[in-house]
Amino acid sequence: MSQNLPALLVVVPMMLAPIAALINRSGPAWVIATSGAWFAFGAAVQLLRRVMTEGMIVYSLGGWVAPIGIEYRIDQLAAFVTLIVSAIAAVGVLYARTSVASEIEEDRHALFYAAFLLNVCGLLGIAITGDVFNVFVFLEISSLSAYSMIALGQDRRALTSAFQYLIMGSVGATFIVIGIGLLFVMTGTLGMADLAERIPAIWASGDGDRTIAVAFTFLTVGVTLKLALFPLHLWLPNAYTYAPSAVTGYMAATSTKVSIYLLLRFFFSVFGVEFSFEQMRLDAILMPLALVAILAMSSVAIYQSNVKRLLAFSSVAQIGYMILGISFGSVIGVAAGIIHLFNHALMKGALFMAMGCVMYRIGSVRIEDMKGLGKSMPWTMAAFVGGGLSMIGVPMTVGFVSKWYLLQAAIKGGNWLAAVVVVVGSLMALVYIWKVIEVAYFKRRENDDPIEEAPLSLLIPTWTLVAASFWFGIDAGTTSDVAMSAAESLLGMMQ
Amino acid sequence: MSDPGMIVLLTVLLPVIGAGLVLLLRKNENAREAATLLTGALTFAHVLALLRLVRAGESPGLDILEVVPNVWLSFEVEPLGMVFALVAGFLWPVTSLYAIGYMRGHHEENQTRFFFFFAIAIAGAMGVAFSANLFTLFVFYEFLTFCTVPLVTHHQSDEAKKSGRIYLGILLTTSVGLQLVAIIWTWVLAGTLDFQAGGILAGTASAGILSAILVLYVYGVGKAALMPFHRWLPAAMVAPTPVSALLHAVAVVKAGVFTVLKISVYVFGVDLLQTLTTTTWLAWAAAVTIILGSLVAFRKDNLKARLAYSTISQLSYIVLGAMLANELGIIGGGMHIAMHAFGKITLFFAAGAIMVAAHEKKISRMHGLGRTMPITFGAFFVGSLSIIGLPPAGGAWSKWFLGMGTLEASQFGLLAVLMLSSLLGLYYLLEVPVKAFFFERPKDAHQQDGVHEAPTPSLIAMCITATATVGLFVWPDLFHELMQMVVSGGVR
Repeated sequence: MSQNLPALLVVVPMMLAPIAALINRSGPAWVIATSGAWFAFGAAVQLLRRVMTEGMIVYSLGGWVAPIGIEYRIDQLAAFVTLIVSAIAAVGVLYARTSVASEIEEDRHALFYAAFLLNVCGLLGIAITGDVFNVFVFLEISSLSAYSMIALGQDRRALTSAFQYLIMGSVGATFIVIGIGLLFVMTGTLGMADLAERIPAIWASGDGDRTIAVAFTFLTVGVTLKLALFPLHLWLPNAYTYAPSAVTGYMAATSTKVSIYLLLRFFFSVFGVEFSFEQMRLDAILMPLALVAILAMSSVAIYQSNVKRLLAFSSVAQIGYMILGISFGSVIGVAAGIIHLFNHALMKGALFMAMGCVMYRIGSVRIEDMKGLGKSMPWTMAAFVGGGLSMIGVPMTVGFVSKWYLLQAAIKGGNWLAAVVVVVGSLMALVYIWKVIEVAYFKRRENDDPIEEAPLSLLIPTWTLVAASFWFGIDAGTTSDVAMSAAESLLGMMQ
Repeated sequence: MSDPGMIVLLTVLLPVIGAGLVLLLRKNENAREAATLLTGALTFAHVLALLRLVRAGESPGLDILEVVPNVWLSFEVEPLGMVFALVAGFLWPVTSLYAIGYMRGHHEENQTRFFFFFAIAIAGAMGVAFSANLFTLFVFYEFLTFCTVPLVTHHQSDEAKKSGRIYLGILLTTSVGLQLVAIIWTWVLAGTLDFQAGGILAGTASAGILSAILVLYVYGVGKAALMPFHRWLPAAMVAPTPVSALLHAVAVVKAGVFTVLKISVYVFGVDLLQTLTTTTWLAWAAAVTIILGSLVAFRKDNLKARLAYSTISQLSYIVLGAMLANELGIIGGGMHIAMHAFGKITLFFAAGAIMVAAHEKKISRMHGLGRTMPITFGAFFVGSLSIIGLPPAGGAWSKWFLGMGTLEASQFGLLAVLMLSSLLGLYYLLEVPVKAFFFERPKDAHQQDGVHEAPTPSLIAMCITATATVGLFVWPDLFHELMQMVVSGGVR
């Protein structure tokens, strides 16, 4: 059992999905989804432990050794990302029960849980596979399930935003598959490890180096579209705003993170840091975009009147932080990006879940409808404040840890512009978070209809993430170690 | 009790426990207030226990946890922190006593929330005082900012909301934008954030870079209210008076100047500071704040606003002391933390008492009130003397050392600034008791007959601080001794 854990991690959610759909009843489908998500969580914890002690796990599917068969390669980074995805899925599925019941029609619940399981399967698959075509397959599984989950939103605009995402996502996926195809043509392999060996030789030979460069470009565009790097983020705000609350919370914390993982995989493991950064000057394109993303998207967030939309724009800005860290190309910079991957998942998940609680009680997340909620929904709003502190980067929250590493990377690299942008970005976060706090705590309700606090079934998962965002801010040793060693191995692989 | 580390931890935790008790006892006002007073007294007792150890030459401390690798949340008590802890620890129970009279007399709402965050803020101040490294200091510094926001915005009015924005905006912009960058820069250069006698930065980078870091620190500690980052302090005056008294004359603002002193002595070290040319510039920046603060205070008719600008001016005395980069300046600055605290809190107590009893906020309407409220205005007079720096009040000593410091640094211009500011203070502070004692009450003043002294708990508190202010003139030894320990450990 434990030998086959890497395969089971993906296969179990995948097998449970059709069962959930076939049973077609809300309650049992939820139980199946929950067991799937928690199984994945348990497996991910086990795998991370093993990777941290024994090093990379290589697993050949069906016993077929690569390059003939597909290989799963789980290193520290992969294990860390699986842990993020499965942990958020495990908390999110608990949250989904009540939230989905109030936001999605009963006859679609089972289909929702099936899509959820497929999404988990797809994201985990991307994280652990060592085969680039397999990456594409899992990417499609996760994307298609994501489109359908978003389309389930109450608002009819959910349909158009899902469609928008479908178009943009498909463009991205097509770019990726073209890139993979070009690489296959040149190298004759799809295994990441093999690719990493053969690409430098082809590049050095000068015969076909242009094809490699084109493949690199296609992959860059495709992946950055998937991870919503400014200016390829246009699908994200609508998708997050109109998706069901449970979906937004889960997706914001996982899907773009896995795409960033993919970026790390392609550019550090497959192409190698030297090729990506010195030959192709990836940093020259990533860093300016990241800086603009932080400043522009944070300022757009300030002017939003729908809190989910506000948080969505803030997500695009935060993706800028992660890409900024990666674009330094140094160990500490990449580690900062990886740490923020995890930290942002916690805080943004908590914030979106808090908004789901608000949605559940008042049916709206517009700022002007949130007057007086500080009094009538104290726990929900306190969760929002807690997550907000992290967004701002207050010490003893995860947001601070991210900033600590990012600023260190900027100062060590002598990049003052980046340092200033990081700081300004977190002050802008103060503005948009405070905007919500001000309305919730300083304005009184106009009418006297009593509003009750959100039910515990929503509050407990929300507060789990809030507590985690404090816990990993107070004791950041584990996450720092994992991120640092992951960054070291990413950078050291090709040196 | 025997483990010194535990005493340190308890000193920081006791106010938190007190806050918990306040919440538990919210149904019963008297029990709730008793809990505040009791924990206040206990906290001070712990501070005194630590004082005994520090005077014996020990530096009790403890490491709590490693937050990011090699960066610890840890405490260590040294003499400078002891000065701040003594002041905050002593004045908390006194202010609580005052607050009981004030909050009830003023019929304030949400008193439980008030006392809760009040206690939490003290925990933050204690944490700042006992920090063993820059990281811990920053944690508690920010903690103090956030937990005082509910106190500043206590009335939840539009004005309170506006003030809250200014308060958070300025304090966080400076701390995140400048201070945090300086801290991480220090970390990158020195590889440690620990406070060490003689500093940690010497020899790690060129004088130009170290000067830049110093500027980032001095302006980054927004709580020191160096102009142009001072606007948050007048904004905070919208809070109930006990908050203005303890937090915005003592705990929060002193956390700021304390941080400046601490960084000067234990991160840069006096020797290094002397070699940096920016110290002179920063000393003059403080001098400008001293003068401008006094001039603005002059023009304020609202008593609390006038006191706020007076505080801005007085805080810069301490920054100036630090930037003189010599023993006398540091001693004077450290002593001024204590002296100014006792004087200014007395002034705020009196201002609040006038508000509760006579419902007057404007100085121009305080004519003749001294006859009905002699104790209040008497206390105000004593406090004023201390702020101006006249005997028989404690402020005379700190200003003496600061003046000596300017002479040792051969900065006669700065000495002139100190003198001029005192003269200005003579006018803008003494105007109040003079008007109250020597002028007739105007005929149109409302509630002419109803005015009487403030509630008894408030009066007692006021008398305690006024007496202490005079007492510090006669016995300033304790604070002088502690500051002497700071410089003898830090300078050589």
